[in-house]
Amino acid sequence: MNARQVILDTNVSLSRYPFRRLPLDETPKLVAKLKQHKVTRALAGSFDAMLHHDLGAVNERTARECKEYGGGILAPVGCVDPTQPDWREELRRCHEAYRMTAIRLHPNYHGYTLADSAARELFADAARRKLLVQIPLEMEDERTLHPRLKVAPVDWRPCAELAAVGPTLRLQILNCRLFPAIKAKNVWFDFSMTEGVHGIRRLTDSVGTSQVVFGSHAPFYYWESALLKVTESGLDAAALCETNARRMLGELP
Amino acid sequence: MTIWDLHCHPASFGGRTPEESMAELVKLADRMGVERLCIYLSTLAHTDPTADQLRQHNDYILRCVNHFAHRVFGFVYVNPNHVQASLDEINRCVRDGPMTGIKLWVARRCNDAAIDPIIERAAALKAVIFQHTWLKTGGNLPGESSPMDMAVLAARFPNVPLICGHTGGNWEIGVRAMRPFPNVSVDLAGSDPTAGFTEMAVRELGARRVIYGSDTGGRSFSSQLAKVHGAAIPDEARQRIFSENLKEMMLPILRAKGVRL
Repeated sequence: MNARQVILDTNVSLSRYPFRRLPLDETPKLVAKLKQHKVTRALAGSFDAMLHHDLGAVNERTARECKEYGGGILAPVGCVDPTQPDWREELRRCHEAYRMTAIRLHPNYHGYTLADSAARELFADAARRKLLVQIPLEMEDERTLHPRLKVAPVDWRPCAELAAVGPTLRLQILNCRLFPAIKAKNVWFDFSMTEGVHGIRRLTDSVGTSQVVFGSHAPFYYWESALLKVTESGLDAAALCETNARRMLGELP
Repeated sequence: MTIWDLHCHPASFGGRTPEESMAELVKLADRMGVERLCIYLSTLAHTDPTADQLRQHNDYILRCVNHFAHRVFGFVYVNPNHVQASLDEINRCVRDGPMTGIKLWVARRCNDAAIDPIIERAAALKAVIFQHTWLKTGGNLPGESSPMDMAVLAARFPNVPLICGHTGGNWEIGVRAMRPFPNVSVDLAGSDPTAGFTEMAVRELGARRVIYGSDTGGRSFSSQLAKVHGAAIPDEARQRIFSENLKEMMLPILRAKGVRL
């Protein structure tokens, strides 16, 4: 990989993971790590969004944290729970007040599926606002979850149908261990949890070369995991690290 | 940094023969800067192998070792449900063959004293003793050892070096379970690259008891190398984990076999 290659990391989180402190769970430390490795932008959600009821406060903190400590590279990503009352106001604030370009959903922690009507309404509204919708299928390996909070991964299968909501809907699946047979130009995947021999190649074979983007799942994961995967793949580093993500964000044709 | 990988499975790399699979494994190892590889198990299908299946697995690994002797160390797969067959395999593959360690997987929990003749034979040959462990939130397989089972084994053999595979997967529990047993080292392989794992292992066990492994091809090299490359630990500790600890553990059997490094 070219040492000058810059990286757009589509999957980082701020604040505290609910079950342990992480070495880089203070924003300045995370930003320092990202800058050390030539990350020029990172889409930053919040671990708080997994379990906090007051997502309005979570989103406000995420936006403020990125502005104050993001070093010019953190782009805030809000969270909306379509099972909560007045969720459309949360979506409006994310888009209009905080100028977010993406939202990150946690259906498995919030108790709905991607096939539910509430989710479909949210997707439709997000599409109208041209927001990228990120869906982490899981936040942690099921086998290591806290035994008092077992949360099954999100069922990704409705994604293919959801992708057809409208041409302006853009979906990104995060933290995917599988190689789903979805080939849609408006659905992207990060490779934070892609594993095994030639894992990224298998993922690109499955979903399309242009649909796979860099995602570290830091600070939950060691950030270096994603970087090393690019090297191990032997694939086009510029596409994996930057240009595919910029297309996803509508910055490149 | 010199990197030795404690935990590799060559059969996941495709190829029509063991030699072809190994060639692909070595190609990726070269790309990722891994110098030496410990390999075991020909496929992941036999969790409770018969005597014949043990031989098949070990024949596969022998072919890999014979073809890549300059890069690879083989561990013989054994099963405490077939003690005599396991002892025969240890004799064939370690005492009389090129292998340098034993692999215990999920056929029978290691707290069971049935395993003892296998440990004794391996220890007598100075073979590396690797025991898989996990502590799964959803429950282990019936014969799958937890780190607490490993603690029982470690207490029975306080003078025998042992390796706790995967550090129990749930590493925050696994590290604590191994802490009282200085004869046990932990293997970092085969779990997600969750930040803080290596730092905790070094903090609680000391860098001398922590060994890098990948569990490739079930895992990538990358996610597992990141546990060491990305950890906030001194470089001296990093080098220990990446190769020095495993080298020191293997040195007696390598010397006995006349292997020069």
